Amino acid sequence: MSTTKTRDLARPAPAKASPAKPRRGLRGSPTFNFWLFTGPFLIGLAIFVYAPILWSIWLSFFEARFTVTPDKFIGFDNYTYMLTNDDFVGSLGTFTVFAAFIVPTTWALSLGLALLVNRLRFMRAFFRSVFFLPTACSYVAAALIWKMSIFSGVRFGMMNTVLGWFGVENIAWLVDPSPPWYWFVIVTARLWLQSGFYMILFLAALQNIPGELYEAAAIDGAKPGWQTFRYITLPQLRATSTAVILLLLIAAYQAFDEFFNLLSKTTWGRPPLVELYYKALGESQDYGAGSAGAVILTVLICAVTLLQGKFMGFGRGDESK
Amino acid sequence: MTTTMPEVREPAPPSGKQPRRDRRGGGVMSSTGLYIAAGISGFFFLIPFYLLIRNALSTDAEITGENWKFFPTDIQWGNISELFTDETVPFGQSLWNSAVVATLHTVGVLLVCSLAGYGLARIPYKHANKVFYAVLGTLMVPTAVTFVPSFVLVSSLGWVDTYRGLIIPGLFSGFTCFLFRQYFLGFPKELEEAARVDGLGYWGAYWRIVVPNSLNFFAAMATITFINGWNSFLWPLVIGQDPGSWTVQVALSNYMTNQTVIFHLIFMATAFSILPLVFVFLFLQRWLVQGIAQTGIKG
Repeated sequence: MSTTKTRDLARPAPAKASPAKPRRGLRGSPTFNFWLFTGPFLIGLAIFVYAPILWSIWLSFFEARFTVTPDKFIGFDNYTYMLTNDDFVGSLGTFTVFAAFIVPTTWALSLGLALLVNRLRFMRAFFRSVFFLPTACSYVAAALIWKMSIFSGVRFGMMNTVLGWFGVENIAWLVDPSPPWYWFVIVTARLWLQSGFYMILFLAALQNIPGELYEAAAIDGAKPGWQTFRYITLPQLRATSTAVILLLLIAAYQAFDEFFNLLSKTTWGRPPLVELYYKALGESQDYGAGSAGAVILTVLICAVTLLQGKFMGFGRGDESK
Repeated sequence: MTTTMPEVREPAPPSGKQPRRDRRGGGVMSSTGLYIAAGISGFFFLIPFYLLIRNALSTDAEITGENWKFFPTDIQWGNISELFTDETVPFGQSLWNSAVVATLHTVGVLLVCSLAGYGLARIPYKHANKVFYAVLGTLMVPTAVTFVPSFVLVSSLGWVDTYRGLIIPGLFSGFTCFLFRQYFLGFPKELEEAARVDGLGYWGAYWRIVVPNSLNFFAAMATITFINGWNSFLWPLVIGQDPGSWTVQVALSNYMTNQTVIFHLIFMATAFSILPLVFVFLFLQRWLVQGIAQTGIKG
C-alpha cells in the first residue's frame, strides 16, 4: 500500500504551489469530495456486503429455520452441527480435491497457451480469439454442452462414441461416484472456460519482459528453449503467476454453477457452496446452519488467502513498482 | 504476405548468432510445430461451440440417436422459430430479463465503482487508507459465500423476484472498485491539475477531463462487467423463484434438469444465450484484451 502513501504525500504540494487559489467552501474541500465520490459505493457496501455478513454471524447463533428473525439462541450448536455434518465436511474435501486439480492444470494450460500464442508470427490474433472465446460462455451453457452432448452416459454422447472406436465400453460419466469419472467432466469444462482469460494475463506479462534479457542470456550461452524459459521467462512471470494462482483459488472457492448443473440430483461431489445452497435454501430452509457454514467457509478462505499472501507475497510485485 | 518471414527467421536461433531473433525465448519448436500445436489446441477449444450449433440445428432423434455422427444429416433452420413460439420453453422473457439485468448492472457498477475508485485513488483525505482497507477486506470474502446472508437481507426487503433484487445487491463490487482505483493511480495527474487550476472542482474535473480520457478503460470494464452480469447464475437462481423473473442462465438450468427434455430447443436456447456475448467479444475484443491486460493484476 506504499502507492497510496506516496500519493497522499505528493498531493499537498500543488496546493502550496498555488496558494492564491481560494477554496470555495465545501465544494472544493477534499473531505467533502472524498465522501461525494465514495459515499454511494460505501453506503451500498455497508448495506449489501457488511450488513449481510453481520446478520449472518448473528443468525448462526440461533435456531433459524424458515425464519430470519429467530428468538431461540443456541450458541455454537450450529457450528458443531456443521463441523460434524458429513455432507458439509465432505464438501470441504470435494473442494480440496477440486482446487488441487484445477489450480495447477489451469495455470499450466494458460501459461502454455500464452507461450504458444506469443511465439506465433501470423494468425496470432486468430488463435488468441479461439482460446479466449470460451470466456464468453457461461458455466451453465458449458455444463449443458458437456452433460448432454460430450459426456452423455450412453452411447449417443460424443466421448463414448469416440472411445467406442477404440473398443472402450460406455462410461457413465456423471452418474456414479466410483470410479469418479465426474471429475474429468468438471475439470475439463472449467479448463475450457477459464484458461483463455488467464492466458491473456500471461500474454500481457510476457510482452512486458524486456527483450534485452533474452539477448544477454543468449550471449551468456543460454540455449533458447528450456534454459531461457527456466531462468528468464518463469522468474519474470513470478508476480503474474502469483496473482493468477490467487485468482484461480478464489474462483475455485466460488465453484457452484457447473457442479450444480452437472450433478444436479446427486448428494456426492458437492462443493461447499452447493452444500450451503441446499442447506439454507433447500427444503429445510435452515438459515442458522447455513449461516454458520458460510461463516466457517469465510474464515477458512481468509486464512488460506492470508497464508498464501504470506508465502507467495501477493501484491509485492505491485508495490515494488 | 508475411508467410515467408517466419520461415526465414526461424532457422536462425539455433546458431546462437542472432539473439534478436530469439527475444521470445522459444526455440524448441519449429514454426510448423507451433502451428500444429496451435491448430490441435484450437480444435479442442472450438469443438464445444461446434457441437452446440450442430445440436441446435438438429432433430431430437439425431442428437440422441444410436449412431452419433459428427456432421448432421439435415439442418433444421425451423428450430429457431420453434424456440420463440414453443410454450414449454418460455425463452423470450428470460432473454429480456437477462438483457435488462446485465445492462443496468453494467451501468450501475461502472458509475458507482468508478467514482469510488477515483475518490480512493486521487482525493486526499486523511482516513482514505482506512476506507480503502475496508473495501479491500470485502475481497477476502468471495461474493458467492455471502449468498445466504444476502438472500436473507434481500428477502426481508421484499425484493425476491424483482429486478431490484437481481441488480442492486451486485452493484457494490469491491473488486471493480479496486481495479478502478489502480487504473486512476496511473492516470496522468497533470491533466487534472490543469483543469483544477482553471477553476474546476474535483467533480467537474472528473466528468470533463478524467472520464473522457479514460474511455478505453471504461469500455473494457463495461465489457467484462456485462459478461459477468449476463453469465452470473447463483444469485439469479437464488432470487428468481418465479419463472417470470428467471434470467437466461436460470431458465437453461431449469430446462436441463426438467423431466421432459426437448434437446434441440435447449441447445438452440443455449446458442441464443451465448450469441450476444460472442458478438461483444468479436467486436470489442481489442478493448477487452487491453483492459484485462491493464487491470493492474499483471506483475
